[in-house]
Amino acid sequence: MTRPVDMMRQLAPQVLMASPHAAAIGMEVVSIDPAEAVLRVRFRPDLVGDPDTGVIAGGVVTALLDHTCGQSVMSALESYQPIATLDLRIDYMRPAGPGLDIFCHAHCYKVTRSVAFVRAQAYDLDREDPVATAQAAFMINANRAMSPAETVARALGHEPDGAKDGAKG
Amino acid sequence: MSDVSGTTPDLDLDARLAEILQRIPYARFLGVRAELAGDEMTAVLPFSQHLIGNPSLPAIHGGVIGAFMEMTAVAQLGLSQLSSATGLVRQPRTIDVTIEYLRSGRPRTTFARATIKREGRRIANVQVEAWQDTRAAPIAALHGHFLLGAKDEA
Repeated sequence: MTRPVDMMRQLAPQVLMASPHAAAIGMEVVSIDPAEAVLRVRFRPDLVGDPDTGVIAGGVVTALLDHTCGQSVMSALESYQPIATLDLRIDYMRPAGPGLDIFCHAHCYKVTRSVAFVRAQAYDLDREDPVATAQAAFMINANRAMSPAETVARALGHEPDGAKDGAKG
Repeated sequence: MSDVSGTTPDLDLDARLAEILQRIPYARFLGVRAELAGDEMTAVLPFSQHLIGNPSLPAIHGGVIGAFMEMTAVAQLGLSQLSSATGLVRQPRTIDVTIEYLRSGRPRTTFARATIKREGRRIANVQVEAWQDTRAAPIAALHGHFLLGAKDEA
């Protein structure tokens, strides 16, 4: 049985490209491990939030945190299940350095039948000195849609064999 | 509203708000606009393909909705400062936000309105709701704390 994490490791760029917004802000996968994900957004002038400082927008950090958290949940699951963010709490420690890439490390530290819990840090140079930290909860089996990861898996013939259980209809 | 600048306040505010948004590259990237009715601002995010997070629903990326609401809060605070005696000293900085996702954002225009619950000398507490077809059925809500640009602080 191919777990989502195995497919995501092999096909990380394709999974990201399957999400138009992730592609639009230039997200890249740094690493995927079971229940853990590290993603990056490279600095780009059109993503600047404060023209006076030249720092990447808080909104980009928000999108990166949300997406990385979601990837860590997918990589924690044993089978493909649609997930949806329930809530996301972000603390902004400091502005990012002007012109710097932003990295995000997310760890899905608990999965229950219906909910997954995640912590994440966004940083520019040093993970110990984060730009922002986040705490998120995701609903599992949230809807009938396929996640971008499952879409890619199916398109490339990695047919997930673990049938979805839980809420139907 | 007191007219400190000596020009027509409404027209002036409208133009200045548009100018502020236009100056923010990321606001242009998302396509965020703002509409004013007196001192009430509605932020508008027209749908665009590059906002999609999951194409199989399809749904707008949660991060985009969060970013849009955060921008709405910052714009509302900016507006409040623009119409105050001191004027806009510096773009307010986000301290923290809590985002609740209530419904998936569908591929259509999203609106948001912010309410400033408290605006102190240094900290403001703001709540935002985002909706699409029905204001009474919001797709997401945000509450957050923002650091205001007091003149004596860098």
